[in-house]
Order: sequence, then C-alpha cells, then structure tokens
Amino acid sequence: MTHPFRDVAVVGVFNTHQARRLPGHDSSSIALEAALGALADAGIDAGDVDGVVGQAAADAVLELGLGPCVRRPNGLGIPAIVDAAALIATGQCRVVLVLAGGAGLRSHGSAAPWTTPPNELVAGFGLFTAAEFALMARRHMVTYGTTELQLATAAAVIRTNGHHNPEAVYHGRGPFGPEDILASPLVAEPFHLLDCATVSEGGCALVLARADIARQDGRAVWILGCGSDSYGPAYTVAPVWDFTPRPGVRPAGWVGAGAAQASFAMAGLGPGDVDVAEFYDPFSFEIIRQLEAYGFCEPGEGGPMVESGAIGPGGALPVTTDGGTMSYSHPGIAAQQFQRVTRGVQQLRGECPTMQVDGAEVALCSNGGSGALFTDVLLLGKERP
Amino acid sequence: MSTTDAGLLSPPPPGFPVPRPSERSEPFWSGAREGRLVLPYCSACGARALRAFAVCPQCTATALAWEESAGRGTLYSWTVVWRPPHPGFVVPYAPAVVTLDEGWWFLSAVVGCAPDQLREGLDLQVEFHPASDDLVLPYFRPVA
Repeated sequence: MTHPFRDVAVVGVFNTHQARRLPGHDSSSIALEAALGALADAGIDAGDVDGVVGQAAADAVLELGLGPCVRRPNGLGIPAIVDAAALIATGQCRVVLVLAGGAGLRSHGSAAPWTTPPNELVAGFGLFTAAEFALMARRHMVTYGTTELQLATAAAVIRTNGHHNPEAVYHGRGPFGPEDILASPLVAEPFHLLDCATVSEGGCALVLARADIARQDGRAVWILGCGSDSYGPAYTVAPVWDFTPRPGVRPAGWVGAGAAQASFAMAGLGPGDVDVAEFYDPFSFEIIRQLEAYGFCEPGEGGPMVESGAIGPGGALPVTTDGGTMSYSHPGIAAQQFQRVTRGVQQLRGECPTMQVDGAEVALCSNGGSGALFTDVLLLGKERP
Repeated sequence: MSTTDAGLLSPPPPGFPVPRPSERSEPFWSGAREGRLVLPYCSACGARALRAFAVCPQCTATALAWEESAGRGTLYSWTVVWRPPHPGFVVPYAPAVVTLDEGWWFLSAVVGCAPDQLREGLDLQVEFHPASDDLVLPYFRPVA
C-alpha cells in the first residue's frame, strides 16, 4: 500500500528570534515573520501558497495576499501539521503554510496563560500547570520509585542543550547538572523551578508541498507516521494517572502510547529505529514518562534510562536537542509545539548549529503531556516513504 | 504571599480566586454549603464520574444523578505548592487527588498535617471551609 504521505514533503522551516519579550510584535506579526522565513527556506514564493493552517491563518491570508485560498484557523501543534499534510495528500492544496506566533500575551506572572483556564473543579484548590503535572509525576514516583534526582537529570540534559544553543532564550545560562536543578526553588513538589518550562515569545512556521514541487536538493523531510491521543480537556478535571474512560482502555498516565504505536505502524518502524527524540518538555518528568509510553523502555525504567546517560549528547537517544520549552523557547500555545517539529526537520537535514545527531535519519517529535491529558506524536524521516 | 505559621497545611482564608459554579454542578455546590460531599454518578451504570456529565462516559446514558459520599478515602497523589498562581493561596498548600471509598477520584487539598506527613494511602476525612460569602469548599484531613 502506498504511504498516505508519500507525496507530501516538508520543504521549509523557520523560527524567528525568540526572547522573553519581543517589543513591537503581536502574535500575528511574529507569525507572519516566521512564515516569510519558512517560505524563503523552501525557495517558494508566497503567491504559490494555496492553503494556510494555524490560529493566525486568516490574518496570513490577508496580509500575504493569498486569497482566495484554503484556511484551517484552529490548528495547534502536530495535529495542525498533519492537517496540512492531509490537504496536500487529498489533492486540496499544493503548497501549505503552517504558522504560529506568541507575543504580547503575558498579562502577569510566569505561568503560561493558556494553561490556566478558570474552572470550578480545580481553581479553588490553587491548581495550575505545574501542580497538575506534579500530580501525575507523584503517582509515577509512588508506583515505580522514580526519584527527584532522575527528574532533575532529565531537566539538566535539556537545559544544557539550550545552554549550548546560541538561538535559545536561555543560551549560556549553564551548563547544568542535576544538583543545579535540585538547588532551584521548589514550585510544586516534586518540581523545582528548573524542572519547568519557561514562558517566552517568538514565531514559528513550516511549509509543506507536493513532492513534485519540492526543490530536488535533498533537504526535503518526510512524514513517516503520526498519531494523537486525548483523554479530555486539559486543566479542567483531576489529573489521575489511573483514570480509564471506559473499561479495558489504557490509563490516562499512558497518554501518547497509542499515538506512538499508530505512528510506528504507519512508518513500519519501531522505537529502535529512532535516532533523535524531539520530545515536548513541559516538565522534566514528562521526558521519563514519554520514554516509557512510546516504548523506548519498559514501564518504570524511564528514570534509570535517563540516569544511564542515554538521552544526552552521544547517547542512544538524544532528547530535545535545542533546549526545548525549558531553555530554547515557549512562545504562545501553538508555536512552541511546532518547534519540536522544526527541530526534528533540522536534525534530519543535518543543519542544527548545536547538538546535531550525526547521520540522523528518523526523528520522533511530540507535543502535550499527561497533566494536559493529550499527546501527539510525529515521526519524520530523511527517506521518502 | 504569606506562609502558614505552625507548619501545618491549612485552607487559605477567603480572598483567593473562587470557582465560578456552573449550573450543571449546582448539587455539588449546594451540598458543600450544607457540609455534605455530593458527587456525580450515573444512575444507569453506577459509574462515579470525574465531573457532572451530559452523557455518561461509561455507558452513554443521559442519567446524571447525585449521591452523598461519606467523605472517607485515601491519598492517591499530591503536590506541595510553594509558588502559588495567586497570592491568596497561602503556601505551602497541598492539592491532592483522593480516592473516595465509594470509588470517586476527587481533586481537593489536604489540610491538618505537615507536608512531610503526606504519603500514598494516607487515610483522609472530608471537612468544609468557606471560600467566600456564598461558596464552601471540601478539604481533606488525615484521620487521627
């Protein structure tokens, strides 16, 4: 059977400058800057775009003068990229722009505002993102003996990746060891400040095109597999590891396991084929959880796998090589999710300025996490499926 | 931000952001005002729900019903918060998931013990504290 995305190439990616704040920008303007960058990277004229995906899609259609064209205005993260690919695979579009930006959003504090919806069942108990994820992490620690040191080790690896990355918002702040993470102030136990994502601003865009339109220069990257798991709305009900919506289904703590299985099945690959894992890293524990949920190790072995050095530079499975949401950037609700994919593309092209995994041919990218009750997975490859 | 004095976890005094009750969850809120823990379940299949539903996630019946829990359970998971989302929450405080004896998982906070006394399986009993002039919230205290 022909692969559903055989004729879809990822041909352009671009991240704008990322910073704690980008004065003069709003989410739309920084997304458009990213879009122009991604089109330049692809060598495609804006006039050739016939589909736009992302929350800023309608703005982009107007400002880039693309109308009339297809628009998908509700897209977030990996599902938006898969929607873009489907527009091409089904013949609705030839060139699709996926864009997002976050700027001028922060009203107060350091919690990402889109992660703290007011809700009658959680708001009164002082819940917020870190506390929600902590409730999942604690249950894993109770069940499997996972330790704070193992969590801190995962955070130290990712923050050190960001330390080396000249494009990271927190470039040059390290290097970090687990002891540095543990010495930072407690936020919501078991999480210290440096176990948590940051909040910043920036834009991100990708261009997908029909394979025959893509430049034949070997830089195209291909979608090998995708999957998506949700257990319900994020941040509005108790995050319970063992919650099963119906009898016989996998508990919520394993959210993403099905997404990974679907991705590997579509690709005809397994966890052992992945060269680099651009994991979404909202909190350190989620790295350990994803290693287990995606099948890179057995349940309960994620902590020991992190301690073994496997996820660091030169390890068997380097993780979140740009520094992720902890150190690279965490701009807005959508751009930061796309950025796991843009980094995966850069790894497969061999174009990462730092932490390039030599000869990487397959990258796994992810979004979401247990505290948010959803996880999306995208498998990218250097070879056309 | 203020901190507790005696080292014991306690409910914050009124002044923290209060929930906005929905119409669907009204039995929970009116029960709490009377010092009763009234929770949603499905009268068709008996499922204990995470929240009031329009359709039962287990059996698809439109059979939302409410039942009073005895308010006894055990600690399933918890966190101790040191950086609150709002200064009205007095740190440290301990949001927790409680496994109630009737089968519900209930999100609340533990009070009446020190943070280092929190452990999986801790026996807990509900108690009620005012959150505002017209809202009362259920908290859980270790059983002596």
